[in-house]
Amino acid sequence: MQIFANPNRFFQIADRAMPVLWVATLVAFVVALYFAFFNSPADYQQGETVRIMYVHVPSASLALFVYVLMAVASAMALIFRHPLADAAAKAAAPLGAAFCFLALVTGSIWGKPMWGTWWVWDARLTSMFVLMLLYLGYMAVWRAFDDPHRAASLARIVALVGVINIPIVKFSVNWWNTLHQPASIVRAGGPAIDKSILWPLGMMFMAFTLLFISTHLVALKNEVRARKIRAEKLKSMGNS
Amino acid sequence: MIAFTAILKRDIILGLRQGGGAGAALAFMLSVLVLIPLALGPDQNLLRRLAPGIMWLALLLAVLLTSERIFQLDYEDGTLDALVGISLPLELVTLAKALAHWLAVGLPLAIIAPLLGILINIDTTALPILMLSMILGSLSLSLLASIGGAITAGLRRGGLLVALLILPLYVPVLVFGVSATSAETGPTGSFSSLLVQVAITMVSLVVQPWASAAALRAYFR
Repeated sequence: MQIFANPNRFFQIADRAMPVLWVATLVAFVVALYFAFFNSPADYQQGETVRIMYVHVPSASLALFVYVLMAVASAMALIFRHPLADAAAKAAAPLGAAFCFLALVTGSIWGKPMWGTWWVWDARLTSMFVLMLLYLGYMAVWRAFDDPHRAASLARIVALVGVINIPIVKFSVNWWNTLHQPASIVRAGGPAIDKSILWPLGMMFMAFTLLFISTHLVALKNEVRARKIRAEKLKSMGNS
Repeated sequence: MIAFTAILKRDIILGLRQGGGAGAALAFMLSVLVLIPLALGPDQNLLRRLAPGIMWLALLLAVLLTSERIFQLDYEDGTLDALVGISLPLELVTLAKALAHWLAVGLPLAIIAPLLGILINIDTTALPILMLSMILGSLSLSLLASIGGAITAGLRRGGLLVALLILPLYVPVLVFGVSATSAETGPTGSFSSLLVQVAITMVSLVVQPWASAAALRAYFR
């Protein structure tokens, strides 16, 4: 991680990785979407609505993963004073919020025909909604302060305190036996999903993760550039 | 220890005597109680079913609205500058102030609230449990409010931001506070809910001093 401490070095590596990442993302999505839409069976109970899952599950787990990443980056900023860690956390937040939103919306669209309702206050749905609020609160802290250093140190605390919610979201389906179905991929006794559906799902996981990495790198680069511009402005104001 | 109790005492006195403290919080709670039957209709059975949840919401909002006061006034008049410099660790300073907030605002409200519930036809047999769970819950509400108060200490209009930051953390307190009193769970269910509330309070007791002090340090660098 210390290799990336120098922003110029980071730009060198990132610029080289960018084209590869974008191509990989595109290919992964084309392949995964083909399998998800045309080369996988409809569920015997859910019918075609099972295909919503190919978007819902990857975006939900990425919403969790991105928050953990944000918290880890915040901890690294706090402990090691890593210069890019705050920027990485800040850049990740809107992406995580978008994945969270996507998971909530696709879940609703699936819930209407399957559960007969757009929304229930079930433990998993509620904790996921709280995760959305945590993302919004974190982004609001960044916007609330004029001084970016102060905003950074306060946003770290918000991210780290909010991480308490992550295990609650993850295990809510096991602790409270309510409407949302329990984990069926990573569980004792192997996945409970048939291979014909599991493989396209895995491909969608790959595609979504690649999409996150690419967009996160772009956002991170923008954030570093914005800081440089700010620093240049302050310098020119000092000179005149 | 002397410094700790001194801060505690000072903040309790300020909380009780200053305008907008405990008295205003109680009046706020009362006005919420007036609005609820007007909004939901005066059906006695409906109100009885909803009463514990309504009392919890009123308590939670009253604590939230006073959370800004924990640090903001002291930040503006420079008292916090002095408190950062004393030998007592800043973590304990924030803990003293959070406890003072609980003793001056949260605890009195938690004791009075169940009695006010009579206004909305609360089930009187549930009152002792409700009072117990509110006393426990209000401590964690005050501790969590202090985190939000510390983060927004230097913001002139931090009210909405505090709500956005703290309400997600209030969710578990509210869920288990209400489930302790809901009729469906029965006595064993309410006992386990009370235990979870103790656990939540313990966790917030550990997290609060660290988080509040770290937030305040961001203002004094």
